[in-house]
Amino acid sequence: MNFIEWNGFKTGNWTKEINVRDFIQKNYTPYEGNADFLAGPTERTKKLWEEVLELYKKERENGGVLDASTDVASTITSHAPGYIDKDLETIVGLQTDKPLKRAIMPEGGIRIVEKSCEAYGFKVSEKIEDIYHNYRKTHNDGVFSAYTPEIRAARSSHLLTGLPDGYGRGRIIGDYRRVALYGIDELIKGKKEDFANTRGNYMSEDIIREREEISEQIKALEDLKKMAESYGFDISKPAKDAKEAIQWLYFGYLGAVKQQNGAAMSIGRTSTFLDIYIKRDIDEGKLTEEEAQELMDHFVMKLRLVRFLRTPEYDELFSGDPVWVTESIGGMGIDGRTLVTKNSFRVLHTLNTLGPSPEPNLTVLWSTRLPVGFKDFCAKMSIKTSAIQYENDDLMREYWGDDYGIACCVSAMRIGKQMQFFGARANLAKTLTYAINGGRDEVSGKQITPKFAPVTSEYLDYDEVWEKFDQMMEYVAGIYMDALNIIHYMHDKYAYESLEMALHDKDILRTMACGVAGLSIVADSFSAMKYAKVKVIRDETGLAVDYKIEGDYPKYGNDDDRVDEIAVKIQKVFMDKLRKQKTYRNAKPTMSILTITSNVVYGKATGNTPDGRRAGTPFGPGANPLHGRDTNGAVAVLNSLAKLNYKHSEDGISYTFAIVPNALGKDEETRIKNLTALLDGYFCQLSHHVNVNVFDRALLEDAMEHPEKYPQLTIRVSGYAVNFIKLTREQQLDVINRTIHERM
Amino acid sequence: MEVLGRIHSFESFGTVDGPGIRYVIFMQGCPLKCKYCHNRDTWDFSGGEEYSVDEVIDRIKRCKSYIDASGGGVTVSGGEPLLQPQFLIELFKRLKELNISTALDTAGSLKINEKIEELLKYTDLVILDIKHINNKKCIELTGVPNENNINFAKYLSEKNIPMWIRQVLVPGYTDDKEDLLNLKKFIISLKTVKKVEILPYHDLGKFKWENLGEKYPLADVKPPVAKEIDRAKKLLGICKENHKA
Repeated sequence: MNFIEWNGFKTGNWTKEINVRDFIQKNYTPYEGNADFLAGPTERTKKLWEEVLELYKKERENGGVLDASTDVASTITSHAPGYIDKDLETIVGLQTDKPLKRAIMPEGGIRIVEKSCEAYGFKVSEKIEDIYHNYRKTHNDGVFSAYTPEIRAARSSHLLTGLPDGYGRGRIIGDYRRVALYGIDELIKGKKEDFANTRGNYMSEDIIREREEISEQIKALEDLKKMAESYGFDISKPAKDAKEAIQWLYFGYLGAVKQQNGAAMSIGRTSTFLDIYIKRDIDEGKLTEEEAQELMDHFVMKLRLVRFLRTPEYDELFSGDPVWVTESIGGMGIDGRTLVTKNSFRVLHTLNTLGPSPEPNLTVLWSTRLPVGFKDFCAKMSIKTSAIQYENDDLMREYWGDDYGIACCVSAMRIGKQMQFFGARANLAKTLTYAINGGRDEVSGKQITPKFAPVTSEYLDYDEVWEKFDQMMEYVAGIYMDALNIIHYMHDKYAYESLEMALHDKDILRTMACGVAGLSIVADSFSAMKYAKVKVIRDETGLAVDYKIEGDYPKYGNDDDRVDEIAVKIQKVFMDKLRKQKTYRNAKPTMSILTITSNVVYGKATGNTPDGRRAGTPFGPGANPLHGRDTNGAVAVLNSLAKLNYKHSEDGISYTFAIVPNALGKDEETRIKNLTALLDGYFCQLSHHVNVNVFDRALLEDAMEHPEKYPQLTIRVSGYAVNFIKLTREQQLDVINRTIHERM
Repeated sequence: MEVLGRIHSFESFGTVDGPGIRYVIFMQGCPLKCKYCHNRDTWDFSGGEEYSVDEVIDRIKRCKSYIDASGGGVTVSGGEPLLQPQFLIELFKRLKELNISTALDTAGSLKINEKIEELLKYTDLVILDIKHINNKKCIELTGVPNENNINFAKYLSEKNIPMWIRQVLVPGYTDDKEDLLNLKKFIISLKTVKKVEILPYHDLGKFKWENLGEKYPLADVKPPVAKEIDRAKKLLGICKENHKA
């Protein structure tokens, strides 16, 4: 391959094959300096952002959804071009013909679309209803035509929750950089070769499916070209400069969010890639720093405008209006050079130029070896905006190399070479109460699993309960995987992500990304059985409905091995049970310890637990300790977290950390220093993830009462940032009560 | 016999009691009765729990990566740590072996004895709370005279032990102009002062008194506002250059 657009780039394997990583490695310039070079927003940016803020306001005033496009099922080419303000925008493209107007994507499930529309005062057109009720089966229909009674029961009792059986699974990252680097025609050429090579001696189901998928991918790429054309761009050839590179890349992403309403639509690892184009233009005198920042600002502004139409229940589960446009920033290369470039700073700097925002979900891949100037800038921006999450690059590089990105919150995947089958999570706290109650639900009393022998003694015996818990985990792992196999079979069949997958290699690693909630509750429960006495209180039907704890016991989150080791054991044992299952498309089972904000909903559905937690109260989010149980300060909590083994949770271990500014140190310089040291100290122990929130309790309380004063207040919940004012009141209280580390 | 320490609680992420990230140990027991005390629950000598040096060292070692990354260390606070010198001598010796820096957060409320002298040999920094420069007012505020407190500062200066001086600013109690000027004079007379801090009084410890069924003595006192804090800082002559550990 050779293109005039590549002038000035060093050649390599990337000019012979699709290989973005090689392009980056051959051409990027590490930046070891500080943030002094950054430029502020241009007048154009300020004006355009004002217009966006005005749109946000209207959206809020309209009850959360500004407008919806209800008469057409969204595809890559379904909508005419849309603009915020054509004369001001340097990067263009919207999901529909107007900003914040939401598209519908009924292939996931028509009922969910109808419910979402109705909830916000819209109505799906008759034509669409007719098509999807009478002619075109959806993913949702497919799943429910195959679910077993056991899965249905587990689903409605909240033993399994958040399963992507009525909405897009998401968590797939297209390598959108390929659009900019190679242009569409070259990508189609590659896919055509793949197609020709996809055949064997026997036309097996696998080969047939793959041939069909590649055909769909080629069609998606052709559609993407048409969509770009409608905006006046020819993306058949590679991008020739920074502006085009950002535009081409963004078109790739835009096509994906026009086609799929995925639970998380992450963008990948783009800023260092783009730095190569920006630097070439700056070196050639074609671009100034101000203009470079403007391009990044406008790009990020577009990412902040991505919207999906979802039901209020979905929003209650996941808070606010999440898209998870996760952008992974920084990290180190396997050759020892840092992957931090000036553009890593620019993308974080959008938190200054445009103000804080939950989207894009800015994720710094932390290494103790990152340049000091970058570490300090990250810490400074964290303290100022709370809008950054950190994940351990030194840990993940060993697993995934140096061109992986984070999907959603904590799911690492090699860009363009790996995807996951998103699996939400199983409720381990309920698994425990079911073990005690022989499979009856502790709230409803209904028999949810086949009948197991319940615990009948007055006091819980650690060994007896563990044995029963082990059996119950075995059962849960089985039906959980059954559910996921059905879901992903149907998703591939009825709602295939042809554009995202067109931006992947032909042969990829698929993971079956399971998850757990309630880890700390189960660990504390077993600790209570072991180190205190747990008396069971049963109702007249013999159902254990409450527990009385006599004595004190070590609690997870205090760096106390006696209980932390129990958490580690549960993690490994449950993962081993998942590993035993047969998976759809031979996906590799993985597990996350992540709840985002669904810990509140899980808590609501779960009765009293043997650790003393009261029915209905929220779980700790992700791998956090239960609220208020950590009494030895932040480092002790981080140490407990660091004991969990990434090997048994390759889909991520999330921890959400909140601290008041004064507890980080007395002045800004000290706070920056202490925060970077905290991250270094945490991540050098092979821990995985931390959200950092720096805010005052008083500020949050004020924001609850006066949301209009804080339109951009961003807080981080496990793995994700949200607008505080978009949370439900319960979630807001949960955030405030969640351990804020205050030193008296 | 193994010496045990009576400890109120641990804080693994201390950032204000010494440089860097500190592992802070709050010792149980205090001879003073400061009206503004925010750790009222540390007074009782029989409260808290007993720990061996090994147990405490084990906890600290787990936090070493954070301590090292930040240039931090261990701070022993309280309560009054000087009440348990033998335990702290053993602890600090071990910390020195581990190359972890040590700090003592104290009101110097005991007369210096051999044990305390030995302890100070292993102490890198003393964070010394001057309760009140005026003896009469000190008795009124803390229940005891300031003699030990003042002599402790002088001793540190003589022995060349680095110290941070702290004064809690309580409106109506410690904010008198003449007292602050006298305090400044005293501080200047000391050779090893690395930092002087005003700690604005706060009432976040009030609930601890109430939990113990005690009346909170400063119920009528409001925390100082920024202007009052600035005034006190000016009187003490605290400027930026002074803020170096």
